[in-house]
Amino acid sequence: MPETATSATDSGATSSGSTGSAAAATGATIELENLTKRYPGSPNPAVDEVNMEIKAGELVIFVGPSGCGKSTTLKMINRLIEPTSGRIRIGGEDVTDMDPVKLRRKVGYAIQSSGLFPHMTVAQNIALVPKMVGWSKSRIKDRVEEMLDLVGLDPGEFRGRYPRQLSGGQQQRVGVARALAADPPVLLMDEPFGAVDPITRDHLQDELIRLQHELHKTIVFVTHDFDEAIKLGDRIAVLRERSHIAQFDTPEAILTNPADDFVSGFVGAGAALKRLNLTRVRDVEVRDYPTVTVDDPLQDIFGKLRSGNTNEILLLDKRGRPYKWLRRGDLMRARGSLARAGTLVHDTVTRDATLRDALEAVLTDNAGRVAVTGRRGAYEGVVDMETLMNSVHELLEADRLDAVEHQHDLEEQRAEHTHREQEGAEATGEERA
Amino acid sequence: MNFWDYLGNRHQQLLTDAFQHASAVFQCMVVATLIGVVIGVVTYRSEWAGSLATTATSTILTVPSLAMIGLLIPIVGLGVAPTVIALTLYGLLPIVRNAIVGLRGVDPALVDAAKGIGMSRTARLLRVELPLAWPPILTGIRVSTQMLMGIAAIAAYASGPGLGNEIFRGIGSLGSKNALNQVLAGTLGIIILALLFDAAYVLIGRLTIPRGIRA
Repeated sequence: MPETATSATDSGATSSGSTGSAAAATGATIELENLTKRYPGSPNPAVDEVNMEIKAGELVIFVGPSGCGKSTTLKMINRLIEPTSGRIRIGGEDVTDMDPVKLRRKVGYAIQSSGLFPHMTVAQNIALVPKMVGWSKSRIKDRVEEMLDLVGLDPGEFRGRYPRQLSGGQQQRVGVARALAADPPVLLMDEPFGAVDPITRDHLQDELIRLQHELHKTIVFVTHDFDEAIKLGDRIAVLRERSHIAQFDTPEAILTNPADDFVSGFVGAGAALKRLNLTRVRDVEVRDYPTVTVDDPLQDIFGKLRSGNTNEILLLDKRGRPYKWLRRGDLMRARGSLARAGTLVHDTVTRDATLRDALEAVLTDNAGRVAVTGRRGAYEGVVDMETLMNSVHELLEADRLDAVEHQHDLEEQRAEHTHREQEGAEATGEERA
Repeated sequence: MNFWDYLGNRHQQLLTDAFQHASAVFQCMVVATLIGVVIGVVTYRSEWAGSLATTATSTILTVPSLAMIGLLIPIVGLGVAPTVIALTLYGLLPIVRNAIVGLRGVDPALVDAAKGIGMSRTARLLRVELPLAWPPILTGIRVSTQMLMGIAAIAAYASGPGLGNEIFRGIGSLGSKNALNQVLAGTLGIIILALLFDAAYVLIGRLTIPRGIRA
């Protein structure tokens, strides 16, 4: 599936290149400057002086407790909610005063309930924005196919369906396809995976990571789920009430060095455990383990077990996939046949699995190790408790060092800033004098 | 003369009356639908304007139809004019009410999404809100039509067109040998017309309500 999706995007990129709009394909910067929203009749602003710079192609998560104004801040970017004061710049262009309808056609928007129009087919939903910006019929038709491919739905099967004929996860995919249809540089997502079941949510998150890998849009994503934030975000903005930024940093930095009690409270217990989600098995040492295959003569297996320094070996099947763990005692009882000896391998992990998955597998295994597999499930090595503990220690230590350095940089910047401000104040003071 | 002989003798006259009856109701429904939907569109966003529209149209409905026509005669005279005005006014309530309910019932998340992807106010109304509110509006139109079928009979009192003429003639000559036949023919004619219209609405619903929101 990923292959077809990639080729679809490639062909799309070339076709849109020929029509001369390829420039919009990747992300644009977003700058928020003193963005404020006051509602009449309430003494405190709902969003208070938010300043933020989001780099092109970055996936930024707004995370915070409900009612903290994260959604309001997001909706001010496409001006679904008009800011009371402050500026919004997208790709350097000030969009605070431009026609909101035109602005929104350049900014993709996906929401929690998918927001698909139930009276239109999947294809009609996706075609809405391209139609509004005046694409030709044939181009729209191609684009609809391309977008469905991109989000992993078969165009032939899903094009003519109505939203109610789709599952929640499929609706959400179509919602993302619609948001991306006119190739906007910026995509805003307002708790898009909040209403789907945990398994589907996990899939959708993986899909989004893959999509972003291909497209490099600037994505602003609102959620109240910190784990989701860690999984998806290049950077995370932890917001407290009135959208005050408590911390705006990479997931690693927030986990290992929360700025204050509010952030650490939000990160919650088990920051070290969550850190495991950010590292993959490929990043840690995968050890070799003595192995034998089912075709080896019993005598060889005995020999290996006796000579090896472990009291256990891994039996592989004919295709080199982990099959059984064999102990010395098992072989004594085997009496010439391996059929009933040893314990079956329950769980394996790939090199793409997170350390958390690996730890889970290691913990459930009674001997504290898990086999790592590669292509077609073939054995590649073993990760055990000791390796995991050592690597986690190293990771945390490295994070801590980074955080300290980062802190140092920030302080320097701040010092410079105040210095310049003071100078500025002096200068104006002199002018006045 | 029994009823069947009566129908055989008078079928020409009855068909003309039935056609005029149907035509009057149909035309008044078209006008009432247009006015009703416009009133709905203009008022549904505001709490008080919506209530005002509903209350005003239901007040009209409480005026007895005979009295309404009686009141209209001195203003617009006899014949077609008072019939059309009265029918249109009576037809408004179910349409206005259902249009307001239907438009207010559109999921706010969808309106938000429509705005968010860059649809203008008019596009939102025409392509999202009205299509989604169309099933309840169509129900309102159906209810209105049933109601107008009966009320249109009263129009004969103001020398209006339609099957009401049969009924009034019958009532006027009570005791004569054809009185009962006339009333019966008029009444049955109206019932048949109402059923035909209803069937037509079912068909219209099939054709105009997208599969995605059909119940």
